[in-house]
Amino acid sequence: MTTTSTETAVMPGAVAPPAPQSQRRRRARKDRAGYLFLLPWFIGMLFTVVPFFASLYLAFTDYNLLNPPKWIGLENFADMFRDPVLLKSLQVTFVYTFVSVPLSLAAALGVAMILNRGIRGLPWYRAVFYLPSLLGASVAVVLLWRYVFGFDGIVNAFLGWFGIDAISWTSDPDYALTTLIILHIWTFGSPMVIFLAGLRQIPVMYYEAAAVDGASKWRRFRSITLPLLSPIIFFNLIQSLIASFQTFTQGFVMNNGGGGPANSTLFYNLYLYQQGFNQFNMGYASAMAWTLLVIIAVFTAITFFTAKYWVNYDS
Amino acid sequence: MSSTLQTPKAAKPNEDADALIERFGSTRKSRFSRHVILCVIGLVMMYPLLWLVSSSLKPNGLIFEDLSLWPAEWSPSNYTDGWTALEYDFGIYFSNSIIIVVLSIIGNLFSCSLAAYGFARLNFTGRKLFFALMLGTMMLPGHVLLIPQYILFAKLGWLNTYYPLLVPNFLATNAFYIFLMVQFMRSLPQELDDAARIDGCGPFRTFWSIILPLCRPAFATTAIFTFISVWNEFFGPLLYLTDPELYTVPLALRQFIDSEGQSQWGQMFAMSVLSLAPIIGFFIAGQKYLVKGIATTGLK
Repeated sequence: MTTTSTETAVMPGAVAPPAPQSQRRRRARKDRAGYLFLLPWFIGMLFTVVPFFASLYLAFTDYNLLNPPKWIGLENFADMFRDPVLLKSLQVTFVYTFVSVPLSLAAALGVAMILNRGIRGLPWYRAVFYLPSLLGASVAVVLLWRYVFGFDGIVNAFLGWFGIDAISWTSDPDYALTTLIILHIWTFGSPMVIFLAGLRQIPVMYYEAAAVDGASKWRRFRSITLPLLSPIIFFNLIQSLIASFQTFTQGFVMNNGGGGPANSTLFYNLYLYQQGFNQFNMGYASAMAWTLLVIIAVFTAITFFTAKYWVNYDS
Repeated sequence: MSSTLQTPKAAKPNEDADALIERFGSTRKSRFSRHVILCVIGLVMMYPLLWLVSSSLKPNGLIFEDLSLWPAEWSPSNYTDGWTALEYDFGIYFSNSIIIVVLSIIGNLFSCSLAAYGFARLNFTGRKLFFALMLGTMMLPGHVLLIPQYILFAKLGWLNTYYPLLVPNFLATNAFYIFLMVQFMRSLPQELDDAARIDGCGPFRTFWSIILPLCRPAFATTAIFTFISVWNEFFGPLLYLTDPELYTVPLALRQFIDSEGQSQWGQMFAMSVLSLAPIIGFFIAGQKYLVKGIATTGLK
């Protein structure tokens, strides 16, 4: 991500060595200091690296926490293809991700652009738009969402003004996921703040020059803003994709841990939780976890590989 | 000196730029319409929260009858009744949450600042490799580690304790905060370390007396982010805490649906307001650090 080479040039030999100490001993002392500082991190890495490979192993076993794991080869993965609930949960997660991520990033960019043009009261607006993104994952807000979109809730009341019949948002399988997608879009504030910081770094003279040359607003957006902002769009896209594939709380709280109605909010990770910790199919749940990891890795890789066509790293 | 050091990335907001951009294609009318658009979006976004606060003060019967924001009839008893509505009173849940949050903040500040200093300022064998590994864990989805970690914590006898929620924070497992601090420490001039060394400071003394005091803004950012994410955290407590006496506020809130059926909305909303209030408070107090924090990590 960042270059790590900036400080290496300055460090050694800035001060003359106090005594004829051998090069190697000085090196060892430096290493020791470095490793001491990293000691908590090294131990913490054990809590990451060991479980990482352990779950890969468990993915090929039948394990219920009571009996020792039994090696069953690829059976868990074969079962996954035959499990209609799993396929449904995958569909829910995909729809959720591919609808809400682009929409919330578009909202973030749009509002950031309005805010960028020297507007009065910027800190206020930014605070109002940013705050929801800190609350969106909290149980209180998901609960609130159930009632805002409830049959007697304010959304239906608002639609009623326009003569639209009340919709049972949370109990109709066709609409339940939509409410969560709207909740996701509601949290566009955190990518917005990143966009805003990025927009501020685009030199204003580019726009001046383009305006002098008679470029339209749209043209200025397409030829200046988008290319110069593309690394940040890229960053936000990756972050949002990874986070969105792992949605859990929203589905859990919306329908009391069930993912209903009719599994329409059964996110992949929610189903993984049910398999692992309600049914104690730890092997199957590990296989699910690795499958999702591969899916996330594939989409991240696609984004990375296509990046050279649309991400501009010149400046 | 300190004023220049405290803004590391100096995300040079081109203040004049605003005025300049304002000039082309921006008339008084278009400026006005921008404000209108922003106010409408802001109002729509805030409305659910305002409705939450107002509903928390209404008697149950009125919540879905009278949708106006100003309660026609006040029912502050939602707060007192809601406080004791569950098996334990909310004082227990709040103090549980506060204990976990405070210890998590201490843990993250301690372990991540040590690791960050190592990565940012020291030169040792394998540093680049470890740094890459650290960045890799930042992208690693947590659910892959979930099941073995659960088994491990179960074997250690840590189920139904706070250890699974706290210990990882003391072991610098949150790479995001390390990265944030590394970015900040790199922006401090190297001459500081050199001067300290000439004066006879070892790396620990330099870290403690020179670098730590200058990193206060990065620590504030870390503390606020930790506060918000741990306070909101639902999955970890759900997984590891089964004894209601140990419940955190989010777990307790969810019980409102389980236990009370669907009738005690007022009390549930009242406790929801109380659970969101600390986040909003920290947000108002620390907005500067939050915005700077996510901007630096996003912009590299």
